[in-house]
Amino acid sequence: MASDTLADAARADAEISGLDALEIAGRQKTTTRAVTIWASTWPKLAALAIAVGAWQVVVWAEVWPSYSLPGPGTVWQELVRQAGGAQLWDGLATTLRRAAVGYVFSVGVGLLLGLAVARFRVLRAAIGSMITALQTMPSIAWFPLAILLFELSEEAIFFVVVLGAAPSIANGVISGVDYVPPLLQRAGRNLGARGLNLYRYVIAPAALPAIVAGLKQGWAFSWRSLMAGELIVVGISQTSLGAQLTYARELADAPWLLSTMIVILVVGLGVDAAFGAADQAIRRRWGVLDQTGQ
Amino acid sequence: MTSTKTTPRSATGSVALHGVTKVYGQGEHAVLALDGVSLDVAPGEFVCLVGASGCGKSTLLNLVAGLDRVSGGRIELGDGVNPGLMFQESALFPWLTVEGNVDVPLKLRRLPRAQRRERVAELLRTVHLAEFGRKRPHQLSGGMRQRVALARTLALDTPVLLMDEPFGALDAMTRDILHDELERIWTERKLTVLFVTHNVREAARLADRIILLSSRPGRIIYSTPVDVPRPRRIDSPEIGSIAAEVTGRLRTEVGRHGQ
Ligand SMILES: Nc1ncnc2c1ncn2[C@@H]1O[C@H](COP(=O)(O)OP(=O)(O)O)[C@@H](O)[C@H]1O
Ligand SMILES: [Mg+2]
Repeated sequence: MASDTLADAARADAEISGLDALEIAGRQKTTTRAVTIWASTWPKLAALAIAVGAWQVVVWAEVWPSYSLPGPGTVWQELVRQAGGAQLWDGLATTLRRAAVGYVFSVGVGLLLGLAVARFRVLRAAIGSMITALQTMPSIAWFPLAILLFELSEEAIFFVVVLGAAPSIANGVISGVDYVPPLLQRAGRNLGARGLNLYRYVIAPAALPAIVAGLKQGWAFSWRSLMAGELIVVGISQTSLGAQLTYARELADAPWLLSTMIVILVVGLGVDAAFGAADQAIRRRWGVLDQTGQ
Repeated sequence: MTSTKTTPRSATGSVALHGVTKVYGQGEHAVLALDGVSLDVAPGEFVCLVGASGCGKSTLLNLVAGLDRVSGGRIELGDGVNPGLMFQESALFPWLTVEGNVDVPLKLRRLPRAQRRERVAELLRTVHLAEFGRKRPHQLSGGMRQRVALARTLALDTPVLLMDEPFGALDAMTRDILHDELERIWTERKLTVLFVTHNVREAARLADRIILLSSRPGRIIYSTPVDVPRPRRIDSPEIGSIAAEVTGRLRTEVGRHGQ
């Protein structure tokens, strides 16, 4: 009798693991890391080649005189020269510091605002639509007011950066919290997660993908607002990247102007890539990329 | 933190409903989902609730689980008992591994880390998923996910298990095996199970007693013990004849709504 039960148990084990093996066969990814990296890198290299090629063609066609539009070679030389001096790095440091401060501030405001609106129904109707309205406002249109309020200062820039970025971040939080599957919330409550624990164990992680999307969009807004601000609010610092663009234009120094633009582009792309990587990592963990062969 | 006991088996697993009523909404849009349902489930009993869809089965489980409030009547559970609830979809947290999911109720009960690790391993062995602890839910099949969900619910160490069509989305073969598994775990752990299904054969295969609910409003209209010795097979003639009897009643009940 006892041996019977044992045999039964062993048979059940075999059946179960057999079924499991069959059912998850083919779900495991086989591509190596190198292949994945190459697959995501080559389109970017191709895009770069096409852009530089097109630029060179326009220069060769002499649509504009070369002192207005120098070729990639000239600009590259200028960029290398700039990289050897202090001016570019000072400018980059100033701009990045402002970007970081403005963004961190925006994240703080956005997260708090988003949580408050998501949490309290009363705030929803009033502030919810205000956030959406704020998002339609082109950030550059805030500058005249900002300058009236804060004069030509960094505060004016931060004011506009936060107004541009915080609504996107708040929206990310709100939609993230709104779309937490009710089933997961009920499961969480049943497992003993109530009150703050429900936020910690269920709502926050479930909302994370939408929050990251909001953070990414918020960064894009704050970076644009910052550049606009640095172009408009010149004079408070000699060296910011935006100020350098303005000076380069005033001096009609096209290679300097273009090389500065390239630095701005590269910073934007770099931060965007970081957000992209975070987004991908989350979606892979959450299983959204499952079996897409990505 | 009322109880941090690891083995509240001493807590009695009885479930008693006295004239439970549930109304959703208000005024003319009010829906009477349950109307005076009284039911006594003995500790260790396996009860299956059967009924057409929309008759209030999920509502009843939610009420017993304490996720929703009764509109009338009352529900009595053993002292300090928080029933565990399983759904048709596994409701696993996709951001956690299998181990992480099973660990959640243990963390919420603030068990020390070493003890938690041991418990997680033990629970995963119980559902035959010891090697899959590091996987993520999306890497598993539907049947495996339900077993993880079962392990996670068992981690609550509760004597009462509520299951809302837990195998409804699985193929017949997987379901068969999971019936055996559930029966084994129920016996080993002396659980009280309230199991909702619309599959009458499944009910006959598993239950000590089958309860039939009417639709709109949900009332108990029929109840029958299943006196077939275990282990049972879902395709055995005894199970078949009980299923046929219950199906007949169910059809009559559904037909009543046709007129
Ligand atoms: N949150 C809710 N609000 C309003 N009506 C509901 C709600 N949940 C369920 N109902 C209604 O209550 C009745 C019973 O639902 P439910 O318990 O889900 O049935 P079952 O699980 O048996 O299919 C249905 O008529 C359904 O429409
Ligand atoms: Mg249901």
